[in-house]
Amino acid sequence: MTAATVVTGMGVLAPTGLGTTAHWSATLRGRSAIGPITRFDGTPYSSRLAAEINGFVAADHLPSRLLPQTDHMTRLALVAADWALQDAALVPAELPEYGAGVVTASSAGGFEFGHRELEKLWSKGPEHVSAYQSFAWFYAVNTGQISIRHGLRGPSGVLVTEQAGGLDAIAQARRHLRAGIPAMIGGGVDGSPCPWGWVAQQTSGRLSVARDPARAYLPFGEGAAGHVPGDGGALFVLERADTAAERGVRWYGEIAGYAATFDPPPGSGRPPTLRRAIERALDDAGAAPADIGVVFADAAGVPDLDRAEAEALRAVFGPYGVPVTAPKTMTGRLGAGGAALDLATALLALERGVIPPTVNVTRPVPAYEIDLVPRPRRVPLTAALVLARGHGGFNAAMVVRGGRGTRLPDNARRSETCRS
Amino acid sequence: MQELTVTRLMEIIRECAGEGEGLAAADDVLNVEFSDLGYDSLAMLETASRIERDYGIRLPDEQVTEATTPRAFLTLVHDAAAESS
Repeated sequence: MTAATVVTGMGVLAPTGLGTTAHWSATLRGRSAIGPITRFDGTPYSSRLAAEINGFVAADHLPSRLLPQTDHMTRLALVAADWALQDAALVPAELPEYGAGVVTASSAGGFEFGHRELEKLWSKGPEHVSAYQSFAWFYAVNTGQISIRHGLRGPSGVLVTEQAGGLDAIAQARRHLRAGIPAMIGGGVDGSPCPWGWVAQQTSGRLSVARDPARAYLPFGEGAAGHVPGDGGALFVLERADTAAERGVRWYGEIAGYAATFDPPPGSGRPPTLRRAIERALDDAGAAPADIGVVFADAAGVPDLDRAEAEALRAVFGPYGVPVTAPKTMTGRLGAGGAALDLATALLALERGVIPPTVNVTRPVPAYEIDLVPRPRRVPLTAALVLARGHGGFNAAMVVRGGRGTRLPDNARRSETCRS
Repeated sequence: MQELTVTRLMEIIRECAGEGEGLAAADDVLNVEFSDLGYDSLAMLETASRIERDYGIRLPDEQVTEATTPRAFLTLVHDAAAESS
């Protein structure tokens, strides 16, 4: 019998808030962070809305030596890892030399860093390009920086599966735990808040061109016409339940099941494979559809993709068969950070017995036959399903269970007082 | 061109690679290894590139990597400046 993989710490930096408490509080209140782009001039672009992390001052959290070699998203990731380790009360120096590794997901690497340096290259010349460009642009930059900062020399890597990455990275961390590594950091923090990153995302054809933040990202809704990008995500400390219990720490929940599938190419006539990912993740968790209390949807906000996700949910759970929510209506889609943030929100929902809302979607498409949750819903929850689809055909499904050992960390206790 | 002093060198390093560790402010900083100050080879390449631009000189990467103390680095810069003048 394989020991369970449990989440003993989390670090959340999201447009909805910095830290678990702020994020959860804003999410329950339905406070959307979508607004006009402020990190660069958005006016030349057809898409002008984003869900940005504002009020984050990197120098308040990180040594100055890390600032010249990082961009916004890597700084967020470094702080998320710090907070996750603190939350788990895990001191890497006390572990064996190769006793902990890092697996993060990324969809574009340090695009913002690259944008800045490419601009120097063509406007001033190669001698003006930073030596740190050699790694700061790279997909694995967050993994590398976190590994160096905390001396985590165990098996490490990066998963590049766009939105699916947040779940795929955690699953990869789970594999390392099963192979005997005592502790892993896993998850995703992402974002390319720069013109280069913006133009790249626009080529997907999936960015909303709406001007009204309340109408820009309407997954499963009438009028759905694309999504709004955002930055941020979540990182977790993952451990085997037995070693976590030995350390005397409690946990948020268990990574109970996971599966990933890849869609057939467009035009093949074969159906997408999200349904198969859901069924396999349930099998992996030893769970029946009826055990799932809430689904955190991928929520593409593009009619064809919304329909496909609704069909998969209907096929597994039946019409209106399970509450479905998309708190990412408040944060936009965070690339590889999105599903990691959903996983954090799902674990908090399990702990508190509240399903956080999907905002702005006032008219769900009736034909989808899904029970979309528009307001916080208090209900006992034992397991949640998190779904993610990455551009290019990636599907990932993860089942998380609350329950034994589930703890209420100090910061979570404080948030109880500001629950709406 | 103004001569590069150790004080100015350490300022430039801080601007390029952030605050150092340990003996960065000590009097005998001239002979301290950059690695003991928390500066790795990339930090020194970044610094060298800035000094090349500011002083209009060329500092070959291999020589930058071999100059592991402020004293060695200053010698390298002074020699390069003498050559180019």
